Amino acid sequence: MSVLVYTESWNGIFRKSSFETVSYASETAKVLGTDVIAVSLEDVSDDELNKLGNYGATKVISVPNINKGDSQSAAKVFLDLSSDSSVIICSNTYTSKMIAPRLSVKMGAALLTNVISVSEGSDIQIKRKSFSTKAIETAKSNTEKTILCIAPNSFGLIETGGSCTIEKIDFSESGSLSFDGQETASGKISISEAEIVVSGGRGLKGPENWGMIEELADVLGAATACSKPVSDIGWRPHSEHVGQTGITVTSDLYIAIGISGAIQHLAGVNSSKVMVVINTDPEAPFFKAADYGIVGDAFEVVPHLIEEIKKLKN
Amino acid sequence: MNILVCISSVPDTTSKINFTENNTKFDANGIQFVINPYDEFGLTKAMMLKESTGGKVTIITVGDTTVEAVMRKALAIGADQAVRVNMNATDSFSTATEISNYITQNSFDLIIAGRESTDYNGGAVGGMIAEMTDLPFVNACIGLEVEGESAKLIREIDGGKEMISSSLPMVIGGQKGLVQESELRIPNMRGIMQSRTKPLQVIEPSSNTKNTSSVNFENPEAKGSCRMVDASNVSELVDLLHNEAKII
Ligand SMILES: Cc1cc2nc3c(=O)[nH]c(=O)nc-3n(C[C@H](O)[C@H](O)[C@H](O)COP(=O)(O)OP(=O)(O)OC[C@H]3O[C@@H](n4cnc5c(N)ncnc54)[C@H](O)[C@@H]3O)c2cc1C
Repeated sequence: MSVLVYTESWNGIFRKSSFETVSYASETAKVLGTDVIAVSLEDVSDDELNKLGNYGATKVISVPNINKGDSQSAAKVFLDLSSDSSVIICSNTYTSKMIAPRLSVKMGAALLTNVISVSEGSDIQIKRKSFSTKAIETAKSNTEKTILCIAPNSFGLIETGGSCTIEKIDFSESGSLSFDGQETASGKISISEAEIVVSGGRGLKGPENWGMIEELADVLGAATACSKPVSDIGWRPHSEHVGQTGITVTSDLYIAIGISGAIQHLAGVNSSKVMVVINTDPEAPFFKAADYGIVGDAFEVVPHLIEEIKKLKN
Repeated sequence: MNILVCISSVPDTTSKINFTENNTKFDANGIQFVINPYDEFGLTKAMMLKESTGGKVTIITVGDTTVEAVMRKALAIGADQAVRVNMNATDSFSTATEISNYITQNSFDLIIAGRESTDYNGGAVGGMIAEMTDLPFVNACIGLEVEGESAKLIREIDGGKEMISSSLPMVIGGQKGLVQESELRIPNMRGIMQSRTKPLQVIEPSSNTKNTSSVNFENPEAKGSCRMVDASNVSELVDLLHNEAKII
């Protein structure tokens, strides 16, 4: 009856969200009185796999010859491994959300996504974000088995100091999609997982002014993001668009620069723990949602901010 | 090409979200409903594909009579016909079951759903349909080109994109990028007139087995007031973030 957890990897590396799902699985396993088995797809080194033990996995099943975007095959792998498990956990990522729906149909298991709390009993009932973070829904599973997709940055890491065994499984089938390559911006921090996000809006006047946004992000070790109109007019790539119709931000710190704070923008970012707003307009709606605010011109405030943070870090 | 676009009717993005009946039900009072923003991109893409390859665009919505206004809007934008499954869509599994039944009884080359709907944010209907109909699935799709019986797709992955080829028929979960924001179609007068006479078929649900249920809803805690820092004193902000919020 082990809790099964899919630990997603990116080019052989686990991210914080992968470890977070294991921590979440461990807490769930405590409630159910069982242990945690992690499942890893694609090629991941033993050193990397061993890290999962530190968050509570007692065993890791590694399936190297499979592309995680091949949801048809991935769902089969999980179906085979889950015959004994009543709860399967993964992160709320694009890839998991291709695998989990298929698996839920195969298993006849309820699927709950965007989950932010651990079930208190073995009848699975959790809190999840809904209405684009404008509401929190308490929802429950009506089936014997349940799949949960955990919202990144909503649970936190719990190190246990434990270790795990590794088992490798061969899987030679493949589904009908063919994968023709990836393009990733190297060294970029992913917005949905970042602890700090620096975001710019139309108040920055043009793409040539993003140098200071990137520098601020750099000194903070933050991801860069933008408002929707900024990506619509092509100042920044679509992949940086945050808000109700873009990426949901759940960072510890969100710094909004030259963004008015429209309801659609706020909907996707206001689950950040602390929000800082820099805007020339004291009436900008964003100040009502912010924790700290500066009424001022970004072109003056941001360079100072970079300087002060550099001082602090030295 | 015969294309099915799944359209969800959701509260306008500016809506304040409230609940009734002891916080167990969404309060639709005074709410304006719109086509789910993710589905708008899929609908425009379907229209473009139809224009270049011929064929027909059908939209399907699971919901009670109140969703018909949004369905008429999709017809006004250019869909040829509409199907409503007469059931409240409150669970991804039951919604996907009904849409899959319709797909199995009819035949489509491409099924376009949205990456998620902005109300319950389940993000599961497209993937479940793919499994139920045994078709390939690409989610968070930001590029699609059809060449005969096959498709070239781009999907968003964390921090980048992945190029994929697939045979048709298939299911995709669409979002911005499938078409650009500036290409999104809006209804014109002629479209609105025509939409009134386009077929809108109502079918009864087959089962309505729900795998999940809602217990209740709450609104997130309101923030306290914003602490203002003078623009000439940026070091104070850094100090607050470091010592008070302990976040940098
Ligand atoms: C269906 C729908 C979905 C949407 N989804 C999203 C979404 O997901 N995400 C999103 O962001 N938006 C979304 N929007 C758009 C949203 O309504 C707003 O239009 C948008 O967020 C505004 O972006 P902005 O704040 O960058 O620009 P503006 O509203 O133009 O604000 C610019 C701000 O910059 C300030 N400013 C100007 N100069 C300076 C300066 N020198 N220094 C500092 N501040 C300055 C101004 O005071 C102003 O407050 C959506 C809209 C719709 C209709």
